[in-house]
Amino acid sequence: MNDEKEALLDVRNLRVSFESYDARLEKVAFTAISDLGVMVNRGEILAVVGSSGSGKSLLAHAVMGILPENARTGGEMYYRGKPLTVREKARLRGREIAFIPQSVAFLDPLMRVGEQVRGVPGDSLRTKQREAFAHFDLKNETEKLYPFQLSGGMARRVLLSTAYVVDAELIIADEPTPGLDLELALEALKDFRAMADRGKGVILITHDIDLALHVADTISIFYDGRVVETADTDAFGGDGSGLRHPYSRALFGALPQNGFRLDRCPECDGSSATWIVDGKAMRCCCGDARG
Amino acid sequence: MLEVDNIGFRYGDGPWILKNVSFSVEEGERIALLGPSGYGKSTLAKVIAGYVEPAEGKVLWNGKPLPRKGYCPVQLIYQHPEQALDPRWKMEKSLFEAGPLDAEVVKAMGIRPMWFDRWPVELSGGELQRFCVARAMRRETRLLIADEMTTMLDALNQAHIWNVVLGYARRHRMALVAITHNKALAERVAERIVNVPELNRVKVDRSDL
Amino acid sequence: MPEVVHAGLSRPWLNRRRRILLVIGLGSLLLAGIFIGGMLLDPELYGPNYSARRMAPCPDHLFGTDYLGRDMFWRSIAGLSLSIRIGLLSAAISSLIALILGSMSAIFGGKVDSAVNYLVDLCMGVPHLILLILISIAMGGGARGVVTGVAVTHWPNLTRLIRAEVMQIRSAHYVQLSRKMGKSSLYIAVRHIVPHVFPQYAVGLILLFPHAILHEAGITFLGYGLPLDTPAMGIILSESMKYLAAGMWWLSFFPGAALVLTTQLFDLVGDYLKILIDPHSARE
Repeated sequence: MNDEKEALLDVRNLRVSFESYDARLEKVAFTAISDLGVMVNRGEILAVVGSSGSGKSLLAHAVMGILPENARTGGEMYYRGKPLTVREKARLRGREIAFIPQSVAFLDPLMRVGEQVRGVPGDSLRTKQREAFAHFDLKNETEKLYPFQLSGGMARRVLLSTAYVVDAELIIADEPTPGLDLELALEALKDFRAMADRGKGVILITHDIDLALHVADTISIFYDGRVVETADTDAFGGDGSGLRHPYSRALFGALPQNGFRLDRCPECDGSSATWIVDGKAMRCCCGDARG
Repeated sequence: MLEVDNIGFRYGDGPWILKNVSFSVEEGERIALLGPSGYGKSTLAKVIAGYVEPAEGKVLWNGKPLPRKGYCPVQLIYQHPEQALDPRWKMEKSLFEAGPLDAEVVKAMGIRPMWFDRWPVELSGGELQRFCVARAMRRETRLLIADEMTTMLDALNQAHIWNVVLGYARRHRMALVAITHNKALAERVAERIVNVPELNRVKVDRSDL
Repeated sequence: MPEVVHAGLSRPWLNRRRRILLVIGLGSLLLAGIFIGGMLLDPELYGPNYSARRMAPCPDHLFGTDYLGRDMFWRSIAGLSLSIRIGLLSAAISSLIALILGSMSAIFGGKVDSAVNYLVDLCMGVPHLILLILISIAMGGGARGVVTGVAVTHWPNLTRLIRAEVMQIRSAHYVQLSRKMGKSSLYIAVRHIVPHVFPQYAVGLILLFPHAILHEAGITFLGYGLPLDTPAMGIILSESMKYLAAGMWWLSFFPGAALVLTTQLFDLVGDYLKILIDPHSARE
C-alpha cells in the first residue's frame, strides 16, 4: 500500500470574481471566492462543504481551468509540487485530473454518452469504457444513448465512469449524489473510497455535511467565499469539540442528530443561520445599517 | 383533516408508482413520511396536494375532495425553491403573491428587507427557500407538505427553517407532512413516523437510482 | 458584495453592452427614417424628368436615373418605404395568427393542439413561395394579395416557438403554485405567462420583417404583386432587368443593394435585440 503523503493539489489564496453589467450598464465585479486554500493528499478524500451558492463549485472549475470568459482569478495552485498554469491545466484536464460534474447538463446533448465518456483519447479507450460501464452496472447499449435519454441514476453512473475510464490521479466530484438518501449515496461513493485507497486523491464538493462525515477523511468548511476551517473528520465526531471555528460548531450543532439547535442573538433573537462570519467569529447583523 | 384512501398512481400503462396507499392526518398533527429515494414520495406529495389526479382511490379533505378553486388549504413546498419562484418577478412580489403575510413570520424566517428588491437568480437556495416557506405560512394553510424541503440546504438553514415552521404549526394548529429520507430529521419534526416502503408496497427498482 | 469597477481602462465607453444599444438605436433610427421619409416624399422627386434621362450616378442623382428620368435614389427610398410598410403589415398579421394559434395550442392541448400541429406541418410542407404566389393570385393580386399571401404563409415557425414557450411555462412549478394559491387563469396568463412569452414574440416579430419585405419584393418582381405604377422595389428591379443589356447597370445595382442592406439592417437589429433580451448576455 502506497502511503507516501504526497500533496496532489495545493491551492492557496484562490480568488475568483466575475465581471458583468448591472442595470445601469456599469461594469460590476462580483467576488465569488475571496480566499480559498485547500490541500489534497494521495489516498485522501477531501470534502469541501458549503451551502448552495457559496461558490464551492467554482473551485472545481478553477482547478480544471474551465471558468467562463468573464472570470478573473488570483492566487496560486500547485499540482504535485509544480505550478498549475493554464497550459498544465489543459494538459491534465480529462487525463490526470478528472472532473465529475453535477448533472448531464454539462454533457454535450448531441453526442452519445459512450463517445463522451471515451473523451479526447477516443476509441483507444473503448475497452476501458466498457469496463467502466460494466463496473457501474450499466448495460452495453447505454453507450449509444444520448444524455437526455438517461434516467437520474444512469446519468450519475455515466458521469462517475468518466473518471474511472482515464484512471485519473485527482478526481473532483461536484455534488455527485444530489438528493439521495444516505444509504444509496454511500453505496454510490464507495468507488471513491476504492480510488483513494489505491493512492488517488478525491475532492468531494457537497452541501451535505452528513454525507461528508461518513465518506471523507478531511473536511473543509466553505462559507461566503473562504475556507473557514479544515479539520479531520474525527474532530467532528462525538461532541464536535475538535472544531474551532464558530461556524463549524454551529453547523455541527444544527444537525438533527446532534441537537438541531441554533444559537440566538441576545438583542434581536435572530438565529445563527442569519448571522454572518466575520473573520474568526460569527455575529448577528442586527446592528448593520442595511438591515 | 386529510384522508388518503387507497391511492394508486402510474403514468399511462407503465408500472405502478403508488399502490394501495392509505393514511390520514388529523388537524394540527405532524407526521413524517420516511423512506429512501425511489418509493414515489414526491409523486405522493403531488397527489395529496392535488397537483395530479390519482389513477385510483381518492384524497379527501374534511370528507370532501380537495378544493380546486381558491386558496387550497393543502400547500406543497418543493425541494428546489428556484423552480417555485417566477424568475421575472422580484422577491417581494412573489412573497406576497397570495396576499399580505404576518410580519412576525417574515421576520422569524430571517428574510431581510433588502432582499425584497432582488431577483431570484441573485439569492442562494437557502434564502429562496425561506421566501417559499414564508409564503405558505398563512391562516388559510391548514396542512403543509414539505417534500424534502431542506434536503438541498446546509445544516444551519435546515434547522432554522424547520424551527420556524414547527413553531408556526404549533401556534396555529397547522398540520404537517414532512417527506424526507433523513431519519434524524424525521424524529425531530414529527410526532408520528410513517415508513414509506411499508405504506407503498410497489416493486421498486432501486438499481436505477 | 459587488464592487463597481469604473473602467477607466481601455475602451471606457464602448463596452459590449453599449455597443449593442448603439447598433440597435442607430439601426432603428435609420430604418424609421427610410420608412417615414419614404411616405413623406414629394412624388415629384421620384417622378419622370425628361431632361435627365438615362444618367449614370453623379452628384445630382446619386443612384442615377432611368429611361424616364426618374431619380433612382428617391425612387428607391419610396420603394423601400412601401416594401417596409407592406412587410410590417403582413408580419404583424402573421405574428398575431401565430400568437393566437400557439397560445391556444399550448393552453387547450388535446384536439386543438393536434389540429394546430397538423396545420403547421401542412404549411411547412408546401414550398412557401409557391403557396405565396397562389394565394396572392387568388386574392386578386395587388397589395391585398401580397399581404394576405405573406401573412398566411409565415406564421408556422413563430407558432411553434410560442407554443413551446407557453407549454414550458404552464408546467413550471411557480405557475402551478399560483393556481393553488387561488389565482385565476386570467391572472396567471397576464402576470406569469405573457411577461415570459412577450419578449420572444417581439423578437420573432422583428425578425419576420425582413423576410416579409423580401417576399413582397419577390412577388412583385415576378408580376404577381403590386401594380406596375407603384414605385415598389419589385417593380423597380423587374424594370431594370430590361436595361441591363443596354449597359444601365445602376438601375438594378443600387436599388438591389439598398434592399439587401435594409433587410440586413432589420436582421441585425433583431439579432442584437435577441442578445439583449437573453439574460446570458450580461456576462462578457
